[in-house]
Amino acid sequence: MSTEPSYRTASPRKSGPRHLAEGDDPYSESALRIVWLCPDLLSTYGDRGNMLILARRAYVRGIPVETIEVRSDEPVPQQGDIYLLGGGEDGPQALAAQRLNANQGLHRALERGATALAVCAGYQLIGTSFFAKGTKCAGLGILDLTSDRGPTRAVGELAGEADPALNLPTLTGFENHGGRTHLGPGLKPLARVSTGVGNDGTTEGVWHGKIIGTYMHGPVLARNPALADLLISWATGSPVAPIDDTWPNRLRAERLAAIR
Amino acid sequence: MTTAEQGTGRRGLPLRARLASTVSRTASALSRAAGRGDGSVIGGWLGLKIDPDLLKHLAAGRQVALVSGTNGKTTTTRLTAAAMGVLGEVATNSLGANMPTGHTSALARAGHTPYAVLEVDEHYLKQVIDATNPVAIALLNLSRDQLDRAKEVAMMAALWRDAVRECDSHIVANADDPMVVYAASAARSVTWVASGQRWHDDSWVCPACGAHIVRSGEDWACAGCELRRPVPQWRVEGDAVVDPTGKHHPIVLQLPGRVNRANAATALAVAAQFGVDPAAALPRLATVTSIAGRYATVERDGRLIRLLLAKNPAGWLEAFDMAEQAPTLLAINARDPDGLDTSWLYDVDFSPLQGRRVLITGERAMDLAVRLEVNEVEFEYVPTFAKAVAAVPPGRLEVIANYTAFQDIRAELNRVN
Repeated sequence: MSTEPSYRTASPRKSGPRHLAEGDDPYSESALRIVWLCPDLLSTYGDRGNMLILARRAYVRGIPVETIEVRSDEPVPQQGDIYLLGGGEDGPQALAAQRLNANQGLHRALERGATALAVCAGYQLIGTSFFAKGTKCAGLGILDLTSDRGPTRAVGELAGEADPALNLPTLTGFENHGGRTHLGPGLKPLARVSTGVGNDGTTEGVWHGKIIGTYMHGPVLARNPALADLLISWATGSPVAPIDDTWPNRLRAERLAAIR
Repeated sequence: MTTAEQGTGRRGLPLRARLASTVSRTASALSRAAGRGDGSVIGGWLGLKIDPDLLKHLAAGRQVALVSGTNGKTTTTRLTAAAMGVLGEVATNSLGANMPTGHTSALARAGHTPYAVLEVDEHYLKQVIDATNPVAIALLNLSRDQLDRAKEVAMMAALWRDAVRECDSHIVANADDPMVVYAASAARSVTWVASGQRWHDDSWVCPACGAHIVRSGEDWACAGCELRRPVPQWRVEGDAVVDPTGKHHPIVLQLPGRVNRANAATALAVAAQFGVDPAAALPRLATVTSIAGRYATVERDGRLIRLLLAKNPAGWLEAFDMAEQAPTLLAINARDPDGLDTSWLYDVDFSPLQGRRVLITGERAMDLAVRLEVNEVEFEYVPTFAKAVAAVPPGRLEVIANYTAFQDIRAELNRVN
C-alpha cells in the first residue's frame, strides 16, 4: 500500500493486499514472520498499527522481519511466527469466522505453538461463539471463551493491571464494543480492569500460552510497547533488549493521567 | 409580518410555515447577535418545532441540488452554488450546517430564490431528498469517519442506495468509488464523474456481494458480481475538466489539489443538469476561495500560514497531496466532534511527509508522535500553535489539523474565513 516501513522486506505492496497462490510459501526461514489475517474484513480500528509496531520493534533490534497481509479469501500460511487478528463490524466478523473455520490454517499454526494477538472482534472470534447482528455465530473454538451482548456499548478508555506473571506495566487502551466475554474455567484474563469495561467490567482480555486476546485498541501495542516486546520474545524464544521508548512512554503517561 | 413576508416573496407559504420561517430567522439573528455561533442550527431547530414540514414548504418552488459524501461536500457545495449563479440567485448552507435544521435555516434566511444548493450530512440524505425533491444529487465518496460512532461504510452505501432508488432525482456520482457506484446505480438516471479515490481501504469488499474488488490502474471491478467502474462522462485531465462532449475546460481555482479539480468537475456536472454551460461557470469557480477557514492563507509574523482541514484518513491523504514542500504543522485533538479514538492514525500513511520539517501539536500530539516514529517521519513536538509559528523561519507554514484542532488554530488567527 505504501512505502511506509523500510523494514518491510517481504514484497512491499504498491497497492492493495498481496495475493497468495495455493501452496505458495513466500517466507525466508530466518526472519520473524508477522501475519496479519483478514485485513480486508477486520481492520476497523487502526489494526495495521499492531503489525507495523511489531515489525519496527523487531527491526530496530536487528531481528530480520517479514510482514504479510493475508486476505480472507486466501489460504492462511502455516509458517508464521506471530498471527494478528483485528477489529471489525458484525457482518465482516461473521464472514471472517466462516472463512477461517473453513480454512483451518490458523488453528494448525496455533496448535503448533505460534504466537497470536487478537483484538476486539478478533478476540471474540478465537472463542467458541459470539453474537453478530443479533445471531449467535460459531467462533474458531481456539480458546474456551464465549461472547454475548452486553446491556450497553462500552466506549472509552480501558486500563488495568496485567496478570503479574506477565510482568507488564499497567495496560492502557481504548475500547469500543457491545459484547461481553466470558472465560471458561481453564482460562486466565489478561488484566484486571481499573477503568472501563473489558470482558465484563472486572476482567479484561485473555492470556493463554502464547495467545493474547484483548478489547484494547489505540492500537494496543502503540500504548503498550512492553506487550509488543513480550509477543516478540515469545515468538523468537529469547528476551529482547530495551530500546528508546521516550515517545511511547510519554503517550502512556498522558493516557494514564487522563483517567486518573 | 405580512409586509415583511411580501418583501421576501413568501406569500405562497401556509400560515404555520410563514410563522415558523419568521421565528427561525429571528432566532438565527439573535443567536448571531449574541455571539453564539452563526445561528443556523438554533434557527432551523425552532422553525422545525413549529412546523415539521417547514423544510418542505421552504424548498417548494425552488430547483434544488444536494451534495453529500464523507469528504469535500462543503467545498463542492460552494463550487456548485457558484456555478449555478450563472442562472440566478442561489440559496445555500455555505456555513457547513448540513443537517435539516441547517437547511431550514439557510432557506428561511435566503428568502425566495429560484435555486438552492444544499450540503447534506450523509446520514440525512433520504430525509432531505424527501423534503426537497431535488433535481440533482451529487454523491462524492464514502469512507470511514469518526470510528466511535459513525455507521459502517457498507451500511451507509446501502442506505444511500435505498434513498436514490425511490426518488426521481438525477444522480451525479463518483465512478471511482465502488461504494458510491453501488449506491448510485440503483437510480433511474446517473451521470458518472471520474473524481478519483485516493483512499481504498474501505472498498476492498464489494458492497453488493461480499467478493473482492479488483483494481487495475484507475479501473476496478468486483470479482464476484456485475459491479464495476462505469464509464465516466466527466473527468479531470491535468488542469482541465473534460465534459461529456469531449471538450476540455481549463480550470483555474484558488483551492489547492487534484481533489478540488475533481470537486469542480462534479460542480459543473451538477450545474449542467440545470442547463449551465461549463464555459459560463468557469470564471465563477475561480472566485471561490477559502470556506470557513479551510484552505485559508493567513500572514502572521512574516509566516504565510495555510490551513488544511483533515477530518478522517481519506482527508489526510488528500491534504498531503495539497501541502507544498514547506515546514508542516500537524495538530490532533480527540474531542467529541473528532471522535475519541485515535487508532485511525495508523490507517494513514504519513510517509509523504518524510524529508520535510514536521512539527506536531494538539491534545493528542503524543499519539501522533508514536505514529510518526513508527512511520519513520522525523518531527518536533511544540506545545502550542504560537510556538510552532515561532519555531519556523519566515515563509510558508502548512498546517494540517483535524476538526477541533483546526477550530482552535482558526480561533488564534481571529476566526479567519
